[in-house]
Amino acid sequence: MAKSFTGGIHPPYRKVATAVPIGFLSAPKILAIPLLQHIGKECHPLVAVGERVLMGQEIGGVGDSLAAPVHASVSGVVVAIEPRPHINGRLIKSIIIENDFLDEKHPSVVPRPQVDNLTREELVALIRAMGVVGMGGGGFPTYAKLQGKSAQKIDTVLLNGAECEPYLSADHRIMVEFPDEVIYGLRCLMKASGAGAGHIGVEENKPDALAAMRLAAAPYRDITVTSLAVKYPQGAELQLIHSCLGKDVPPGKLPFHVGVVVNNVHTAQAIARSMTTGMPSVERVITVGGECVTAPGNVWVRIGTTFADVLAERGLTCAPYKLISGGPLMGMTMYTPEVAVTKCTSGILALSRQESGTPVAGACVRCANCVDVCPMFLQPTTLAHYAMKGRTEEAEAIGALDCRECGPCAYVCPAGIPLVQWIRLVKSDIYARQTR
Amino acid sequence: MEIKKFAVSSSPHLHSGATVRQAMILVMLALAPAALFAVFHFGMYVVAILLTGVLSAVLAEVAILHFLKKPLATVFDGSATLTGLLLAMNVPAGAPLWMVAIGSFLALAIGKHVFGGLGYNPFNPALVGRAILVASWPAHMTAWVGSGLMTSATPLALSRAGESLPPYSDLLFGFKAGSIGEVAVLLLFVGGVFLIYKKIIDWKIPFFYIGTVALMTWALPARGQVGYFAGDPLFHVLSGGLMFGAFFMATDWVTTPVTKLGRVIMGLGAGLITAVIRLYGGLPEGVTFAILIMNALTPLIDRYTMGRRFGVR
Repeated sequence: MAKSFTGGIHPPYRKVATAVPIGFLSAPKILAIPLLQHIGKECHPLVAVGERVLMGQEIGGVGDSLAAPVHASVSGVVVAIEPRPHINGRLIKSIIIENDFLDEKHPSVVPRPQVDNLTREELVALIRAMGVVGMGGGGFPTYAKLQGKSAQKIDTVLLNGAECEPYLSADHRIMVEFPDEVIYGLRCLMKASGAGAGHIGVEENKPDALAAMRLAAAPYRDITVTSLAVKYPQGAELQLIHSCLGKDVPPGKLPFHVGVVVNNVHTAQAIARSMTTGMPSVERVITVGGECVTAPGNVWVRIGTTFADVLAERGLTCAPYKLISGGPLMGMTMYTPEVAVTKCTSGILALSRQESGTPVAGACVRCANCVDVCPMFLQPTTLAHYAMKGRTEEAEAIGALDCRECGPCAYVCPAGIPLVQWIRLVKSDIYARQTR
Repeated sequence: MEIKKFAVSSSPHLHSGATVRQAMILVMLALAPAALFAVFHFGMYVVAILLTGVLSAVLAEVAILHFLKKPLATVFDGSATLTGLLLAMNVPAGAPLWMVAIGSFLALAIGKHVFGGLGYNPFNPALVGRAILVASWPAHMTAWVGSGLMTSATPLALSRAGESLPPYSDLLFGFKAGSIGEVAVLLLFVGGVFLIYKKIIDWKIPFFYIGTVALMTWALPARGQVGYFAGDPLFHVLSGGLMFGAFFMATDWVTTPVTKLGRVIMGLGAGLITAVIRLYGGLPEGVTFAILIMNALTPLIDRYTMGRRFGVR
């Protein structure tokens, strides 16, 4: 019996190319590598304009703060260091590299010792040096999750292979094509966090991925693979922990409070790849999808490739109504295709108006569908009402900050109310009041 | 590349396609069998009543929106049509058409638009209309007729008077006197189950409503009777407006609680009040006022039944 959580929705899959091997997108002539690709402090440039950089060379440094270093994804010459449009909607300082198409590796790129021959501290330091961040879209520096905090011991590393967002199938292909790397990455994460157990949750609509993960995990008695019910947001961190481990993270707390660290399967694969080849996190798999894309599918992309480059190579059949970084339910709309693929870009969706049309908002008719589907057991309609009226304190009292903005409420709303948008607004009001 | 502009918006970027209009149409579809039976049972005059109810409701909606200088778009959401249909199904089959028209207008005006329109009304508009008609023209609203518009007492009135009751099969299939919409109990039940299956209404409200009425009318002696656990729950479930009210009135989205526990309380409370009125009240039937009272309590119920948030023990 597939495990699940309470609430949620069943949006259309719209996943294409789930049975097609991951392709390769050619590295472009010019790359714009943002110095911020994670949650934390922006990196400082370690190279100067005119300098030649090699593939895998650290070009954005971190100091001691919460951050992940940034590396050159090609070899070439730094032609500019300037602010560029970023997937977060702002302008972020980026290192612009003119590719020499030699892919000459930096001397620091050497295979690392086997996980069994490293100490926990050495592993954490390596994962940090490799610039690994959460590749499911969160972008939290992975090393920082592994250290835990205070006296709380981490007992389980949970890998997220749910991939519950429509369209996206990159994680699916990663699990099918690189199951041994995912398991090796999981073992690195377990050792680095001191966890005794590893766990992988996969939605049961990916039987090939489940079979591949089960086979690869078979030699390890401390690793469990769980089949999950197909339901959105099965891959949301808190719902995944509930489904796989039966533990609930209390409001305002993080997974490590219940002894769990959650990572994406692609993150684990990236760690394994970096450990065995020495090449830091400079490329990733993204799903290119949406009705407007001529050749949708999954491709390896160098970090710093712009969305425009990706769309130019995969082709467009129509002018996209929305250009989205990530999935259609939690992704962000881009105002320009000149943003670059970062380590946490899981997909590029060029959606037509028909497939992503926003309904006209009417008055709430109190159907309670939003209440029924909310996986955090909140009252989205009441939160939105408080948001509209500026009743910030009341919104906070009924759990506005618990909202993860996953979107089922707005998806089901027959009145077409942008509930997530209202709740975001009231959350930002609450944060503004807290910091004042 | 040619593309210059993209729509920028907050996530999510997909929508289920569900609309208020779609839900209203499904409810009307679920009511259709019972309405058609009423035409068959009472006669063609029922068609005139139903049309009068619906048309005056839609006209009232248009007139009020125009008067309030609001966009006319909500005319097409089906809510006024449904209110008109519900009101018309809530009057005796011989009711004068002018009274039905006034009821529909007042349902929209006083039941809905004085509070700000769809979504803001605290009381079920059709029941507000019905309550006003009962208070204003009690004779017309209690001039019960049976098959072919022949004057006849309702089963609940017969029960009060201690007279012989129709067989359960007549109560179930609808061969009795009563409001247009309430007689075809079996068809109403089928329509209600259809709405539950379509996830338009929550099973909890009709289940706890009908269950409470059954339990109480079985356990408690009616006025003038003695002995506990000797009542006739089946008679009460199959009589009056209970089936209609439980599936189509007490489940109105706008005027009932949004919390899961709140919907249980809605059912229990409406059942309790209905049973008390039927057993001990001055009127033979209590569904209308039971639901209106629970409508009034809905904001309080919602407030105190918010429930456990994820991760809270």
